[in-house]
Parts: sequence; C-alpha cells; structure tokens
Amino acid sequence: MSLRQWSRDLGMGFRFAFTGGRESWGRVLLTAVGVGLGVALLLLTTAIPNALQVRSDREYARADSTYSGQAIPPRADNTLLVADVDTEFRGQGVRGRQLEPEGSKAPLPPGVGKFPAPGEMVVSPALQELLNSQDGKLLRERLPYRVTGTIGETGLIGSAELAFYAGGDGLGPKVNGSAVTRIDTFQPRKAPSERMDPVLLLLVLVVFVVLLMPVGVFIAAAVRFGGERRDRRLAALRLVGSDSRMTRRIAAGEALAGALLGLIFGIGFFLIGRQIAGSIELFDVSVFPSYLNPTPTLALLVAIAVPAAAVGVTLLALRGVVIEPLGVVRTARPARRRLWWRLLLPLGGLALLYPMIGQGRTNGDFNQFMVVGGVILLLVGITALLPWIVEAVVGRLGSGGVAWQLAVRRLQLSSGTAARMVNGIAVAVAGAIALQMVFSGVSNDYTEDTGQDVSRAQMTVRLPSKVPLAEADRQLKQTKGVRHTLALSDGAVADRRKEPVNAANLTVGDCAALRQVAKLPSCRDGDVFTVQNAEYDTATPKLGKPGRKLYIDPSYSTSRGKEVVWTMPQGIKQAAQGKDPTGWAREGILATPGALPAKAAPAISGGVYVGLDESVPDAREYVRNTAARLDPLADSTAMAATSEARRFESIRTGLFVGAACVLLLIGASLLVSQLEQLRERKRLLSALVAFGTRRRTLSLSVLWQTAIPITLGLVLASAVGLTLGAVLLRMASTPVRVDWSSVLAMTGIGAGVVLVVTLFSLPPLLRLMRPEGLRTE
Amino acid sequence: MSIGHTLLGLLESGPRHGYDLKRAFDEKFGHDRPLHYGQVYSTMSRLLKNGLVEVDGVEAGDGPERKRYAITEAGVTDVQRWLATPEKPEPYLQSTLYTKVVLALLTHRNAVEILDAQRSEHLRMMRILTDRKRKGDLADQLICDHALFHLEADLRWLELTAARLDKLAEAVIR
Amino acid sequence: MTPEGSLLAAVDLRKTYGPTTALDGAEFSIHPGEVVAVMGPSGSGKSTLLHCLAGIVTPDSGSITYDGQEMATMNDARRSALRRSEFGFVFQFGQLVPELSCVENVALPLRLNGTGRKSAERTALQWMERLEVDDLKGKRPGEVSGGQGQRVAVARSLVTSPRVLFADEPTGALDSLNGERVMDLLTDAARSANAAVVLVTHEARVAAYSDREIVVRDGKSRDMERVV
Repeated sequence: MSLRQWSRDLGMGFRFAFTGGRESWGRVLLTAVGVGLGVALLLLTTAIPNALQVRSDREYARADSTYSGQAIPPRADNTLLVADVDTEFRGQGVRGRQLEPEGSKAPLPPGVGKFPAPGEMVVSPALQELLNSQDGKLLRERLPYRVTGTIGETGLIGSAELAFYAGGDGLGPKVNGSAVTRIDTFQPRKAPSERMDPVLLLLVLVVFVVLLMPVGVFIAAAVRFGGERRDRRLAALRLVGSDSRMTRRIAAGEALAGALLGLIFGIGFFLIGRQIAGSIELFDVSVFPSYLNPTPTLALLVAIAVPAAAVGVTLLALRGVVIEPLGVVRTARPARRRLWWRLLLPLGGLALLYPMIGQGRTNGDFNQFMVVGGVILLLVGITALLPWIVEAVVGRLGSGGVAWQLAVRRLQLSSGTAARMVNGIAVAVAGAIALQMVFSGVSNDYTEDTGQDVSRAQMTVRLPSKVPLAEADRQLKQTKGVRHTLALSDGAVADRRKEPVNAANLTVGDCAALRQVAKLPSCRDGDVFTVQNAEYDTATPKLGKPGRKLYIDPSYSTSRGKEVVWTMPQGIKQAAQGKDPTGWAREGILATPGALPAKAAPAISGGVYVGLDESVPDAREYVRNTAARLDPLADSTAMAATSEARRFESIRTGLFVGAACVLLLIGASLLVSQLEQLRERKRLLSALVAFGTRRRTLSLSVLWQTAIPITLGLVLASAVGLTLGAVLLRMASTPVRVDWSSVLAMTGIGAGVVLVVTLFSLPPLLRLMRPEGLRTE
Repeated sequence: MSIGHTLLGLLESGPRHGYDLKRAFDEKFGHDRPLHYGQVYSTMSRLLKNGLVEVDGVEAGDGPERKRYAITEAGVTDVQRWLATPEKPEPYLQSTLYTKVVLALLTHRNAVEILDAQRSEHLRMMRILTDRKRKGDLADQLICDHALFHLEADLRWLELTAARLDKLAEAVIR
Repeated sequence: MTPEGSLLAAVDLRKTYGPTTALDGAEFSIHPGEVVAVMGPSGSGKSTLLHCLAGIVTPDSGSITYDGQEMATMNDARRSALRRSEFGFVFQFGQLVPELSCVENVALPLRLNGTGRKSAERTALQWMERLEVDDLKGKRPGEVSGGQGQRVAVARSLVTSPRVLFADEPTGALDSLNGERVMDLLTDAARSANAAVVLVTHEARVAAYSDREIVVRDGKSRDMERVV
C-alpha cells in the first residue's frame, strides 16, 4: 500500500479525533493528559543529568581552595583571605565563608556583588528565610552578622541551599592552608574526573530502566483510553465502506492525534514541573528551574518515540479485535492464554544477566546492554505473565458474597483489562523492590564504618589554637544540653625545625583526659608518656627519649609552623594504646599540660569531645552556638557511627523522587480507566439499584474488582523483584539478603495507591448509581 | 359514517344554507366522495322531521337550497351523544373517527376525550381478542392476529392524531 | 381518593428534571393481582411514573402509598429493601449483568436478600423452567438471543415472588412473536403468583395483555376505567 494512502488514513483519523464532538474531544484530552504526564516525566529524566552537571559546575566555580593543599600565594593587591565557617543546623548543612579582601582587585565569589564589611553578611534566599523565621532563632544567635544582601543564583547550587558570605577581619595571621587560606582567583579548577564505579553504574542503569518502564506501560494504556466507544465509531466507518486495514490506520491516526497533543501537554507539564521543582528540596538536593534543561538528543528521541509508540500500540491492540460493519467482535472467548512464551521473557532476562554474576567490582565492567536488556526483559515478563496469572487464578476463584461474585465474574470475563490496569504498578513495585534490596545489600559496602564511638561522645569541637582550651572546655560544659566534656589538644613533634625526618603526634590533656585515650600506669601533672606498640609508628621510640630536643609544630615547604622548642623531660612513662571517642587509636607522645613549655600553647590546637543529653532538644545547636561564640572558626562536628558515600546517596535520591512521580502517574491512570469502566456500565448500575441492590454491595464489588488483580500483581511483582534483586546482588558479588521491610513497604505503597484510587472512584460510582441513569433519553 | 351527525355538527357553529353545508362538508370531509345535493336535502328533511334542526329563514326565490337551517337544542345533544360514543372497533374506521375529531374541534369540544374513549374501546376489543387467542388453536390465533393488527393500526392512528391535534385544529378552524 | 383495596396508589404526583416537567399531577392505583398498562407517547412521563411508584425516584410532591404505608416516610434503605423483597423489575433491555451466567442473574435478587447461593439458584432454576429458559442456565447474557434474555429477565423479576412487578417496555427490543411470547409468560406467571403488574408500554398489542390501562399525556394521567 502506498505512503499516500497511509497518510490519508492517518489524517482522517486525526480529523475524527478533533471533529467528533464533545465525546471525542474528551477522549483525545484524556489521552493527551496521560501521554503528557508520561512525556513530562521522560523530559524530566532527560534533564536530570544536565541538572546534576550544572550543579557540579557551579560548585566548582565558587571553589576557594580551602583544604586544597595548594601553595598559598603571597599577599598582593588581588588576593582574598577566605575562612571556612561552615556550620550545620538541625541536620542541614550551611555553607559559610568569611571573606577579607587584601587589595582592591581581590576576586569576588560568583553571585556576590560587593564584599560584605566585617560584621555584615550576604546570604542565600533560603538562609534569609530561615533566619527570619521562628525556627531560625538559634541559628541567628550563631551568625551575629547584619544581613546586607543576598547571594545571586550563580553563586548557589540549589534554590534551597543555605549559604552565607560574612566579612572577615584579621584573618591574615590565621592562614594555614586549610580552614583559612589566601586565594587570588575563584577560577574553577577542573572537576576531578572520577570513573564511575561499575556497581554504581549498574545501579544507575537499573534505576532508569525501572522508572521508565512503568511510564512506557502507562503511555501504552493512555492511548487506549475510551477504547470501547472508539470501537463503535470504527464499526460505523466499516459500515460506510472502509476496509479493515483502513479502519485500523484511521484508529492509529486518532491515537496519533492524542499522542501529539500529549506531547504539547507534556512540554507544558514539564515547564510547570520545572518551576515547582525549583521550590522543593528532596533529600538535601534542590535545583533551580534553569538547571532542568533536557538533553536535546534525548528530548528529540522522546518527541519521536512517543507518537510512534502510540501508533504501534493502537495497531497492536486492534489485532485481537475484528471490526465488522455492525459492531466490534472480540474473539468471543479468547483462546486460552499460553504460558510458555510468557515464561520465555523473564527467563530470557535471567539468561542475559546470568553471565555477569559475580563480576562485582573485581573485574570491572558490566555489559550495559546486557544489564539493561536483562532487566527490561524481566520486568516486561511481568506484563506478559500477569494476564496469564490473573486468568488462571480468577478462573478458579470460588463462591462468596454477591459483591465477590460480581467482581469475580467480571474479572473472568475480561481478565485482560484488569491485568493491563495493574501492569504499571506491578512493574514499578517489582523494580523498586529489586532496587531497595540491592541498595540495602550494597549499602553495607558503601557505608564506611567511621569507628566513632557515639556512646562516649556525640560531638567534637575543634578550636583554633589561640582559643584557650580550658576556657572553652568550661564554657562548653556549661552549655545547655551538655552532659560531659573531654578536652584534648593535638599537635606534632619532630626532630628538626624544618622538613623533619621523624615526626610523631602529640596529645596534650590532663590526667583524667589522657586516661580516656590510653592506658596509663600512673599520672600526675608534668608527666609525659610514649604510646607503645602503635602500628607503623617508628618515630616515637626515636623521639621519646629523655633530654631529647624536639620541635613542636615544625615547618614544611608548603606551610610554616611555630617551631617551638621542647626538651623531653626525665622519667618518660610508657602507655598502652586505647581509643578516643572518635575511634582514633592515638599514638605518639602524650603529655600533661605541666610538661610543656608555656610557649607551646599556640602550636597545638584544642578539641573538646562533648557528650550530650539527648533529651534536650537542639542540644547540638546549643553546642554549635557556644563554639561559634568562642571563635567563628571553631569547627563543630556531630559524630555518627557510619557515613555513606555521597554518590550512592544521590542515586538513592533519584530513585525515591522517580518512584514518587511514577506511582502518582499510575494512580492517575488507574483512576481514569476505573471511571471510564464505570461510565460504560451506567445503565446496568442504575438497574441494579432499581431492584434494590445496596450501595455497599456495589462499592465492595468495585473494590474487589481492583483488589484481586492488584493482589496478584503485587505477589508476582514481589517474586520478580526479589529474583531481580538477588541476581543483581550476585552480580555485585554481595551476599543476598532479603530486605523484608522494603518488600512490605513497596507492596504496601502499591496497595495504598489502589485503595486511594478506589476511594476516589466511589463518589462518581455513587452518583452513577442514581436512578436517573435509567432514563433512556 | 353518519352524514346526519356530521351535518348537524357543521350547523353547531351557526345557521347555514343547504348549499353552504354541502360545500363545507366537501371541503372538510368529502375528499374522495363529494355529497350530492339530493343527499343533503333528504338528510336535512329527516333531521327537520326529528326536530334536530329548524328552518332559520328562507331567501327570496324557490327551492330547498334557499332554506337556511339552524340546529336545535335536541340537535346539539344528539351530536354530543354521537361524539362521546366510541365506534365499534372495526376496520376502516378512520373516516368516521376523522369526522368526529374535526367536528369536535370545530365545535370546540374536547377532541382528546373522543380519542381516549375510542382508544379505550379499541383496547377492550383487543383484550378480548388477545384472550381468545391465548385460549384458542392456531386458526383462532391467526384470525385474531389479523384483527389485532388492524386494531393496532387504528390505535396508532389515534395516537398520532392525538399528538397532532393542535396542528389539525389550526387547519380546520382556519 | 385512594380507591379502596388498592395495593399501590399514587395521588397528584409532580416531578421535574431541571426545566422539563416529567409528571404534572399524575394519579395511579393498582389492586393485587391486577395488570395495569401505562400508555402514552414517548416523553410523556410514563417511565418517571413507574420510577416514582417503585420508589426509585422521589417525586417532588404528591403521595404514594404501598400496602397502606406512605412511601415518602420511608428512608432510602427501607425503600431499597422494599424493592428487593416486594417488587420485581423488567426493563426494555434486560439489564442482565453481562458477566454472570443466566441462572446467576436470576438468582441475584434472592442473593441480595441474603439467600444462600445453592438454594437461590435452585429457586432460580424453577422460575427459568416456568419461562422455558432453563436450558440457558450456564450461558452468559451475551450468548443468548434477545427474546431469551428478556425471558431470563422476567424470571429474575419474579424469583422473589414479588407483590408488584414493574415492567418498562419489556418487549420494546423484541419482534412481535418474541414479544408476544414474553408477554404470555409474564402475565401468566404474574397472575398465577397473584402479582400486580405495572406495565409501561406504548404498544397497543402489549397493553392488550392488561386488565385496564392508564394514559399518561404531558405528565398527567387518565384512568380510562373511570372516564367511561
């Protein structure tokens, strides 16, 4: 057949879609909204890599080389002193910098128009809002600066980022290359190129497949909205003489119209979603709308694939339907569904994944195509298996109440429709279960055990060396919510003033404090100890000899130390290794304050380990406020037993955001098809009411009608999800553990969606059951 | 069909001459069979004899066509009785029924009631036929069916006429 | 002015749907075991009258008494219960539940009344035998002819041994012969069960199965028996 004929028929269908009066408009609109939601989600997905790229670009554009270990440039007209005064407020990180320009050409950070004067600061809009709110009272105490402006978008990595730049004063002497440094430019350094870990890459791939599959299923369902009425119209076309192929093409044209309109809707939804995305923060990640620009090639792919899929699905769906001039004949009792080819799909998926089992991290690469193909086959297998299972199970369901009977009989008659309805949810739940399982399995590998002993202390406060430790300890002890403190100073001792050969750690504290970090034979002020048998520590035995002249805080080529001379006293005692609250097994030399020369104080820096009374709300915030009052450069850290790799966190974030959107989408499609089904049965419902059927009975039957296939779908989804999860874990060489709580949570969410959909469809059901439905006109 | 009742009915709207009556009759009811003058005179003289009409006046000249007739009280009652009595349901009633309906409209009587009464009578007949049919053999059934279909056709006509009464009234009274 | 001894009677019913007046002072009465045809052109308010009488629709004003009780005083649940146990319904298009088999359809009203499945289907089968459709018991409505389906619907309407059977154009979708068959069976079954039948129809040959007829025109009803 010629291309011209194709285009003519498609065009005719196109016209029918828009000129068929209110009903056909409604259908097109319904399809368009469905397809539009799918397209918006697809576009959002294609925009995510870009958004993450922009975020990291911005992050590097404002990098100021603190802790970079680079050589510090000398003071000049174009240099700027930067102090890192990051803090944390109720679990949210606050990026803070003090800036002190040393000349007129000092570089401004991005997004800032003018250096804030000492005592002033510019803040991000989110921080501004927090400070103005009642919740931000404690944080306001910590940042006693006057707000003189806001940081522009170019200086922030997200709309919800908390950040400030404060004016600094007298930072010069504090320059140490770490917390305080001198820079001459904010010019970006190259983003460090990290090769993505193959297991992480595997996870990313699976996340995308799992999220996009249900969207595909959803779009397929959306182009079939209103199918029954369309079939009747097609029958009318046959009556006036179009042949069956023409009819099919016309139907495809109608679907195409819906899909194209959906494409436009999708762009609209995407633009709206983009704006909304700017105002929400999920899992500590927020973005500006301008970050969300779809990658052009991927967007083009969406624009072509969606309409093409619409036509394909319609043609496919009409294959089992014979449109005759006098109506639509569905092969009255469809041939019993065969199992074998349906099983072939998931088995094929497993076969694709199997060769990669055990490759883990050791030998590197997974074949991306095999991974994606295998996962897709497994998940598509659900959509193939589900109709068979629903048919097989429903056919065997026995007697029950009237509601149950009505539901079961309906399902027996059209189990395909029911299965199609839950396919999306089943695929999403299966994927999510697999991923949750993989995450909880792999996360053990990616979660580093910090070794911190959170039972002894919950916070550490590192203090710049000029702050007297005893005073800090006293003030922290008195802070609200603090139970006990442990003050220790750290430093380094070496055999030479500059570029030493042997160097050891020096820990200074009173006897009680030292006993917390090592086992001492006896102790009084003025004692010095060497820690015995520390691994890899060859310096201590050489340095820890009576009368030996040592230098505290020696100088290196990149940083100048205080180089305080200390002659080791007589009677050095030996101590056995222990662990401090951060889990660090201290080594080197331990000294009581009396053993050190008075000049040593600036050469060592103090730290206080704080034990909290967890019953006091905001205890950590009070500690941070005290620390900031002692010195803005004081660094307070909450301790945690474990820490996750950041990259891992971002994948997880992606999964949660995506799963939320997908379930929302599927819920919407379920509701639409439910309502359509009800509308088709309007007359019958009214008749049932006429002869006295209770509303409860009909409502219950609607619930059963959804609940039965959903239950089957969730059972199948759990089975496939667990299998997929197990295979993926084996691929990552990680022991297989079933995370039952996440299985439960995911199936629970799926079931919840059904319940909500049923609830939402009850009001229209009750309305349809009104006797007016009996009127024929 | 009763020409006498029809002519009487025509007189109800006012006295008329003989030739006038003939013309009115032909115009309204005599589409296929116009009245002969003879029929008019013989009918009128019978009505006159029965006291249902009276001679209202005679114009100059001679001959019955010069007489002007008017309906009497007894005549009006007679028309009323005739209209109110449903016809025996039988085939080919429509000309009578039509005449009755038109006359009722002309004389501003309730035509709906005439139709309803007739319908009731038809249905009574149909019930009897239906009953006979249910109890009878095949021959009975076929015969009854024939009658039933005819009666049904009449009833449909009654229904349709009822629905078009307003239009008919317009056309008749014009 | 409820006639003495009537089972179901309505006085001065009025009902409007938005701008359209469906009933405008309609009256009705029926005695036990009586078959009354409600006739009139389409849109005259026949069906609305039936819906009001059956307690499906609440009239705007007027009174309906069933067995001495005023319908307006019953709540929805009570009226539903009445429809389940005392009334039966047949509509133009059988309105059989398409996914239930014929015998299950017939048994449905009994089951709604709480009868167990087995005994409900046993009773259903007896009624199907009476309407000569017992051979269809396992078939679904989509698999039987219009006349057969309508007979199944009649069986369903009678299965609870109702005191009033409401039939709205029961033969509207059937040809003469099938319509006649359905009417024969319906009236025979109803008479033998002493059920009153409210028969809405615009077909005279169907109305001929009644004992008397009521004509509805423009929302007003005329009881022909009392006119003559």
